[in-house]
Amino acid sequence: MSLLVADGLAVGYGGAPVLRDVRFAIEPGERVAVLGPNGGGKTTLFRTVLGELVPAEGRLDVHGRCAVVPQTERSRLDFPVSALDVAVMGALSRLPWWRRPGRAERATASAALARVGLADREGTTFGDLSGGQRQRVLVARALVQDAPVLLLDEPFTGLDAASADRLETLMRELAAEGRALLIATHDVEQARAWDRVLCLNGRQVAYGAPAAALTRPVLEATYGTDIVDLECVEHGGHTVVLPAHHHHH
Amino acid sequence: MLAAVLDWLADPWAQALGRRALLEVVLLGLAGGALGCWVVFYDLAYSAESLAHALLPGLVVAALLGLPLLLGGAVGLLVAALAVALAGRVEGVGRDTGVAVVVTTLFGLGVLLALSAETPAGLQDLLFGDVLGVSDTDLALAGGLVVVLLGALAVLHPRLLAVGFDRGSARGLGVRAGVVDAALLLLLAGALLVAVQCLGNLLVVAVLVAPASAARLLTRRMAPMLALAGALAVLAGVAGMYLSYHAGTAAGASIALALVASYGVAALARPLLAR
Ligand SMILES: Nc1ncnc2c1ncn2[C@@H]1O[C@H](COP(=O)(O)OP(=O)(O)O)[C@@H](O)[C@H]1O
Ligand SMILES: [Mg+2]
Repeated sequence: MSLLVADGLAVGYGGAPVLRDVRFAIEPGERVAVLGPNGGGKTTLFRTVLGELVPAEGRLDVHGRCAVVPQTERSRLDFPVSALDVAVMGALSRLPWWRRPGRAERATASAALARVGLADREGTTFGDLSGGQRQRVLVARALVQDAPVLLLDEPFTGLDAASADRLETLMRELAAEGRALLIATHDVEQARAWDRVLCLNGRQVAYGAPAAALTRPVLEATYGTDIVDLECVEHGGHTVVLPAHHHHH
Repeated sequence: MLAAVLDWLADPWAQALGRRALLEVVLLGLAGGALGCWVVFYDLAYSAESLAHALLPGLVVAALLGLPLLLGGAVGLLVAALAVALAGRVEGVGRDTGVAVVVTTLFGLGVLLALSAETPAGLQDLLFGDVLGVSDTDLALAGGLVVVLLGALAVLHPRLLAVGFDRGSARGLGVRAGVVDAALLLLLAGALLVAVQCLGNLLVVAVLVAPASAARLLTRRMAPMLALAGALAVLAGVAGMYLSYHAGTAAGASIALALVASYGVAALARPLLAR
């Protein structure tokens, strides 16, 4: 059964919808690249999946719990919490409101931190970690939530090559466990290795297997002709789009 | 020599009046210090100050009618909350401006009422507190406040942490930010109501903001910060009472001064501890 089904979905912030014509069905075990320019609607889609935004038109059916790895710039760096404190927050959804996370929850959080390679950083203040480490702490928090649907909002932004490889491996493992992963990214090349791509630019431009969906017209409709023409490079026979703000690798 | 020092230390508490005041200040310090940490991290210092000022007319009217101040303060808070909610909806007036207008109006109204000839308590006690005039009811209320407040903060701790750290993700974590906010505001209103009679309308915010800000400079985790802020607030309260007793200064103002000084000391100590 599909974990996530959108049918004619349109969603906005009170005014006209900022994202329209969304139609897809996402199966367990799939990694879905959510592509689009800044302001294309990636975060808006994630917020709709989480139930923070209500569809203006159409519907979005979510079968199972969702965990999100937010864009890191949204979290506070001056807050007095350790990496372990943050990972433990992932356990709150399974506890009644009066229960505090206990030893079992801390052990789960500890294991999640180890899984993202931060076993030796448990006690470090969140704000003192590097950008890549903070990203991985937020991934660990999502792991603690143990949800069948994972939303990762630009998780590769600010990661060095080693952290990016580690995250890529982790995502493959999580998909192999039967979870669906939606990953907002600016890296079209990376998306080609995943199972599906969803191209958004105020509306859904394309959805499908990368080889079939990532045609030049689709990329132009997603990113605009200018960027594609300016930044197109031939790369092993593939068209690789590098939007202006693409920096890692 | 030693005897003189001991006398100096013991004198303020020689009478029941002083001992009751001490107990009240210790209780309010514990509550204010701990709650203050969340006030600081939830950016509620301005709200706290506004609430404290806006409940003045309620206190004054209660004093005029001979009703319990607590009742007057509670009604004052309700009226202020309603007025703020309404002012926030007026077209073309920003939320902050609306709050400022309401608070200034209510505060001015309170002062006007208090200046009328029949006001028995006098404006001064309501503005600057009445540390030495602590009644048994006040002590019982402060004790109740400490129990309820510390209990609630302990239960809410993980959720307060999650919402304060990353409000945008709270819902995804199964935590309702609105409920957590409302609970914190309720605790704040309750604490102000109890503390305002002792510490006064103008000074009560000091016990919330100063020790918490000081503790924030010296600790890196929430739990030790709460404990340190409570301890600093109690210490500053006691120091303020010594100052008041021996220098003959007003008790409320002396305590406020000591609270602010605790922040100064923390700011000076921080570079030394950081090494
Ligand atoms: N809170 C908001 N209120 C109003 N408009 C918003 C809000 N958040 C985003 N938008 C608008 O919605 C559109 C999509 O934004 P977003 O989903 O954040 O894009 P992306 O994540 O792909 O960069 C943009 O035009 C943006 O200006
Ligand atoms: Mg975004």
